[in-house]
Amino acid sequence: MKNRKDIVYGVYSEEHDIIEAVREARSRGMEIYDVYSPMPIHGLDPVLGLKESRLHIAGFIYGLLGTLTAFLGMTWIFTKDWPIIFGGKPYWAVPSFIPITFELTVLFAAIGMTVSFYVVSGMGFGVDNDVLDERISDDKFCLAFDNAEVEADEAKQFLRANNAEEILEKTLKA
Amino acid sequence: MSAPVSSIREPLVLGHKTYHDITEDLVSPTEKAPPLSWIMVFIPAVALLSLGSFAVYWTIYVGIGTWNLNRTINWGWDITNFVWWIGIGHAGTLISAILLLFRQKWRTGVNRAAEAMTIFAVMCAGLFPMIHMGRIWNAMFIFPYPNTRGSLWVNFNSALLWDVFAISTYFTVSLLFWYTGLVPDLATIRDRAKGLRKKIYSFFALGWTGSAKHWQRWEYLALVLAGLATPLVLSVHTIVSFDFATSVVPGWHTTIFPPYFVAGAVFSGFAMVLTLMLIVRRVLHLEQYITIAHIESMNKVILATGSIVGVAYITELFISWYSGYIYEQAAFFNRAFGVYWWSYFGMMFANVVSPQFFWSRKLRRNVTFTFMLSILINIGMWFERFVIIGTTLARDFLPSSWSYYSPTWIEISIYLGTFGLFFTMFLIFARVAPVVAVAEVKHILKTGGDQYVGEDAVKGH
Repeated sequence: MKNRKDIVYGVYSEEHDIIEAVREARSRGMEIYDVYSPMPIHGLDPVLGLKESRLHIAGFIYGLLGTLTAFLGMTWIFTKDWPIIFGGKPYWAVPSFIPITFELTVLFAAIGMTVSFYVVSGMGFGVDNDVLDERISDDKFCLAFDNAEVEADEAKQFLRANNAEEILEKTLKA
Repeated sequence: MSAPVSSIREPLVLGHKTYHDITEDLVSPTEKAPPLSWIMVFIPAVALLSLGSFAVYWTIYVGIGTWNLNRTINWGWDITNFVWWIGIGHAGTLISAILLLFRQKWRTGVNRAAEAMTIFAVMCAGLFPMIHMGRIWNAMFIFPYPNTRGSLWVNFNSALLWDVFAISTYFTVSLLFWYTGLVPDLATIRDRAKGLRKKIYSFFALGWTGSAKHWQRWEYLALVLAGLATPLVLSVHTIVSFDFATSVVPGWHTTIFPPYFVAGAVFSGFAMVLTLMLIVRRVLHLEQYITIAHIESMNKVILATGSIVGVAYITELFISWYSGYIYEQAAFFNRAFGVYWWSYFGMMFANVVSPQFFWSRKLRRNVTFTFMLSILINIGMWFERFVIIGTTLARDFLPSSWSYYSPTWIEISIYLGTFGLFFTMFLIFARVAPVVAVAEVKHILKTGGDQYVGEDAVKGH
C-alpha cells in the first residue's frame, strides 16, 4: 500500500461556491477525496454524500454501560459484599441509588463518546496530521481530489471550470 | 456600508467582518505580548492566590481549629463558598449546552469564556469540601475503590457522596465539552504560528485538519454532549441542595430546594459571566463579538431566574406559616430577624429587588448598570448561601447550644484565594486560547451576524 497521497485541490472563499462545486463533481461521478473548511458548512453533508455519524449510537451504549456499572455495583456492594443498615432502611435502597446511577450514565457516555471521536478521527495529543493548506483554519474552503482516484489533469480542469480561486497540489502522508 | 442584515433579528457580529477578520481579531490577543491592563489584573490575582495558598497550607498544617467553626455551627464560610462557586459554575454549561439545544445563536459570543469559567469555578468549589475534611491526605476515601479496610465501601445512600459523583462528573464532562470545542481554534492558532509555538499548539490541537467528516462528527459530539450536559447541570445543583434537603433540620428540610437552588445557580452564574465578559470585552476590544444584544439576552435570563428565586423565597415563607408548625415558623423568623438579619435583607435586596430593574430595556442595554448589578447579584447570592447555612445552624434544636459564628482571617483568606485561583486561571486562559469561539462565530456570521444572507435580508444597514 502506498503511504503517500498526491492531492490536487481547489481553494474557495465562499461556502456556496464550494457546495456548488461538490454537487457538480458528484453529478459527474468524480470521487472526492475530502472537503476542508474553517467551520462546519451547513448543508454540505447530504451534497457530499456523507453518511450520518454513528457516534450517538456508541454514546448510548457507553451510557448504558455506565447505568449498569453504577446500579449493579451498588446493588452488589450493599446486598452481597458488605450490607450495612442505614437508619433502618432496606439494604437494597433503590431510590437513593438513582443520583449516582444517573451521574455515571452521563460520565461514561461523555468520556466514551469523546474518546471514540478522537480515535475514529485519528486524532489525539501530539498527533501530527498533515494540514492540506494552512489557510483552511482561517478563511478558505478546499475541495480535494486524490490523484489515485481522479486524474490530476481532470481534477485541475474541473476545478478551473468550477470557480476555484487557486488550484494547488500537495502530497500528504496518509 | 450596505451589507445585508436580517430584518427581524439584531445582528450578533458587528463591523462587517470577513472570516479572516474574525480570525485576526480573536486569535491575535494570544500572539502579542500581554497588554498592561492584563498585567495590572494578573499581579493582584497571583497575590490573592498566594495568600489563599498560604491559608490552605496553614489550615492543613495546624488543622481546622484555625477556623471559627464550632460544635453548633459546623458549616460556615467553607460550605457557603463551595455552594456559591458551584452555582457560578452553572452558567457555562447552561450557555453552551441548553442554549445549543435551543439553537440560540447568541451563545457563540460568550460560550467559550463561560465554559472556561465553569471549569475554574468548579475547581474553586471543589477545594472547600476537601480542606473541610480536615485530613486531606485521606481525601481519596470519598471514592469507592477496593481497599485494605475491609473492603469498606462509601455510603451510597448519603447525599454527600452523591455530591462527590455529581461534581466530579460535572467537572469531567465540562472539561471534555470545552476542550473539544477548543480544538479547531487551537488548530487556527497552530496554523498561524511558527517554530516552538507551532510545535506546542500542534501537540494540543490533536491533529485537527478541518475535514468535512471530522466537522460532522464534531457537531454530533457537541450536540450529544449538550444533550447529556443539560440534565447533568440541572442534577448537579439539585444534588447540592440534597445536602441540605435530605437532612431533618428545620429550614433545610424542604422540597423546594432543588428547583430553587438550580434557578439560583443559573442566576449567579450569569451574573458572574457578565462581570467577567464585560471586563474581557473592554480589555480585548471584543465589542463587535460580545454585543449589546448579547448583554441584553443575558440580562433577560437574569431577570427570569432572579424572579424564580424571589418566588422561591416567598414560597418558603408562606409554607412555613401555612404548615402551622411552630418550629418551622421559628426557623424562618430567625432567618429574617435573627442574629444574621443583615445577610437576609442583603440577599432579599440584591437577589429579588435588584434584577427587577431589568424590566427596563434601557437598563438591560446599559453596560455600566449591568456591570454594577452583576456584582451586586454575586454578593446577594453569596448571602443566600450564608443565610441558608449560617442562620439555620446558629439556632438549632437546643437553645443551650445556640451560637454565633464569624470567620477568622484564615477563612477569609481562603475565600479571597479562590478569587485569586479563578482570575489567575482565567487570565492565563485568555493569553493562550481565544476567549471567543472562533469557528463558531464564523459559523453564525452569515446566519446571525451582520453579513446575513437569508431571504428576508435588507440592504443598506
